[in-house]
Amino acid sequence: MSILSLIIKREFIAKVRNKSFIVMTFLSPLLFVGMAVLVGYLSTMNKDSVTQIAIHDEAGLLKKEFKNDKYTNYTDLSAMPFKIAKDTASKSYEGLLYIPKVTSVQDLKEKVEYISEDSPSLDFISDVEEVIDSVITQENLKVLGFDAEKIDKAKADSSLKLSKFSGEESLKGLNEIKVAIGGLFGYLIMMFIVIYGNFVMRSVIEEKTSRIIEIIISSVKPYQLMMGKIIGNSLAGILQFLIWAIVGTLLFFIASTFLGLQMGASSTMSPEMMEAAGNVDKVAKLQMYFNEITNLPLVTLIISFIIYFIGGYFLYSSFYAAIGAAVDSETDSQQFLLPIIMPLILGVYIGFFTVINDPHGTIATVFSIIPLTSPIVMLMRIPFGVPLWQLLLSIGLLYGTFIFVVWFAAKIYRVGILMYGKKPTWKELYKWLKY
Amino acid sequence: MSNILEVQNVVKQYGDYTALNNVSLQVPKGSIYGLLGPNGAGKTTLIRIINQITMPDSGVVLLDGEKLKPEHVQYIGYMPEERGLYKTMKVGEQCLYLAQLKGMPYEEAKKQLKYWFEKFEIEGWWNKKIQELSKGMAQKIQFIVTILHQPKLLILDEPFSGFDPVNANLIKDEIIELNKKGTSIIFSTHRMESVEEMCDYIALIHKSNKLIEGKLEDVKRQYRSNTFQVGVLTNNIEGLMVHLTQKFTISQTNFKSLNDDLKLEVHLGQHNSNELLSILSQFGQVTHFVEKIPSVNDIFIQTVSK
Repeated sequence: MSILSLIIKREFIAKVRNKSFIVMTFLSPLLFVGMAVLVGYLSTMNKDSVTQIAIHDEAGLLKKEFKNDKYTNYTDLSAMPFKIAKDTASKSYEGLLYIPKVTSVQDLKEKVEYISEDSPSLDFISDVEEVIDSVITQENLKVLGFDAEKIDKAKADSSLKLSKFSGEESLKGLNEIKVAIGGLFGYLIMMFIVIYGNFVMRSVIEEKTSRIIEIIISSVKPYQLMMGKIIGNSLAGILQFLIWAIVGTLLFFIASTFLGLQMGASSTMSPEMMEAAGNVDKVAKLQMYFNEITNLPLVTLIISFIIYFIGGYFLYSSFYAAIGAAVDSETDSQQFLLPIIMPLILGVYIGFFTVINDPHGTIATVFSIIPLTSPIVMLMRIPFGVPLWQLLLSIGLLYGTFIFVVWFAAKIYRVGILMYGKKPTWKELYKWLKY
Repeated sequence: MSNILEVQNVVKQYGDYTALNNVSLQVPKGSIYGLLGPNGAGKTTLIRIINQITMPDSGVVLLDGEKLKPEHVQYIGYMPEERGLYKTMKVGEQCLYLAQLKGMPYEEAKKQLKYWFEKFEIEGWWNKKIQELSKGMAQKIQFIVTILHQPKLLILDEPFSGFDPVNANLIKDEIIELNKKGTSIIFSTHRMESVEEMCDYIALIHKSNKLIEGKLEDVKRQYRSNTFQVGVLTNNIEGLMVHLTQKFTISQTNFKSLNDDLKLEVHLGQHNSNELLSILSQFGQVTHFVEKIPSVNDIFIQTVSK
């Protein structure tokens, strides 16, 4: 067996046998699914309850306008004197909507009051305001001599139909779905880099503190050891992700059957898609969303995911390995970690805020080509279709940088693993490059 | 006799600091070679260069006549001063792993390990983790790992630190045993008594330069001071002293003896020892007559403080 594969094997086994790894691997999906089920359960609970609102309308101008619906129940307490109504409301209602006697309807604009213990939701406030607005608007129209009914009839309700140059019809909300899918992949890459990069770093520090490092590098090249570590840890990580995916899917199935969350048929859909689909009434539309999703460049997406995953992970792990070599303990590593985590976070932000608005804009394009952010940003852009040259340029740059960074990290690593004592400064790290 | 290791004009600089300044060494095949020097002299840097952990800025290192190359790691066994093992890895697996890194095939490594574990009577440790062992026990494992692949050249940096006297002796015997079988050994230590006891050759590095190198006796001969320690039983001390001071420089000294004799340290100067002996025997019975040989310790301190 070659030296490199020996090292990879050892790193992999050391990682996989680790108790915290085993616990993490099997507990995380449980926790995750448990949380999802809990959240789902709680939100259905919330929807079931009807908010009871009391109305005290002194002039009787508005009370008829508030109609009961699924979530809110209005009760008219106008017959009671205001004080009693208020007391009653404070005891057995969520809140009291107080509409004082006004001389002109126009005064309603500012005089209506909502009294409650807890602050009401934004949705509720805007609903109430809408009712008041419509009453005042009707009144205004009447004053100006328009026929409100005719105006209502004259109102048009248009709906913009979206389609592509290729002819197929596209759907609203599709951007969100695309970003969600790309974002999921990008986010996975970021999480993987941060978690497993840290593992690599910890493993380097462990060899340093246990002082076995000098024995190892009298047998193998530091470069081999570093690469072995990076690859071995990533294999452990891939195994963990696979287990998560399998266990997670299984658990979702089990949970959905047990709780009757009606996920059976649509369990292949992510929650985002469910939500987007829920807004569309017609089944046909739902079908179209499905088609759109299957029409996404899935093969490109998965292949790119793998390419960017490997490139991005190796690039960042080399940084992590170099940092591990430079410091004596994990607490010393913070100073050096910050500049590494920054581009990752930047990538995620750009992905979620810029790509969704303008997937082919300058910022999104530039950051999907810069190697440090490209694994995340480019994956978010791919569902929107990316020109091949950009993809190739981005991948080429990523792997080019990767080779350079490995070379650079190996130098720091080689010197750092034999340095004990004080925490090096940036200046010293630079000097090590020349040793 | 040819040399197992030759270091030729090796220079190593770290920034502005020169760790090794044009150092050359010759380690003869089959020797036990003591590499001495105060802390920070450059010993560790030199050893790391021999192990190809760091590269020299200039100069060459020859192992068995060949310029050092990556495959040579399997001919060298190295026990660094700062040593340790993977704490959470099992002893057996760890030894196998380290042996395979040195290029040993799995089966061969297992066979050798079995031999050594039986020899040291530690078969029961195979499935234990290093963190369950005491420091001394871990050091034994460390020693086995160092010699398992039957290196031609063994480099031991402070090999006895961490061992209790019993185990230190055990290791010492193993080292001598290996040496008898033909392994050349480089010893880097501060324990002068072990150098005195075991080494045939020594080299002294101080402030990045090699100051002394050679066969232990040759070095000592070079540092001899022509001084004798004598003991004599006499009634005429004053007469003896008068006679002695005419030719020699003398001083009082002390050494262990069963007699109530006069104990002197005599510097011969231009004269030879027979002249001294004849004067002494004229005045009484000579009970002690030994040339004072400089110890490695004396040589070390004398050279370093110069």
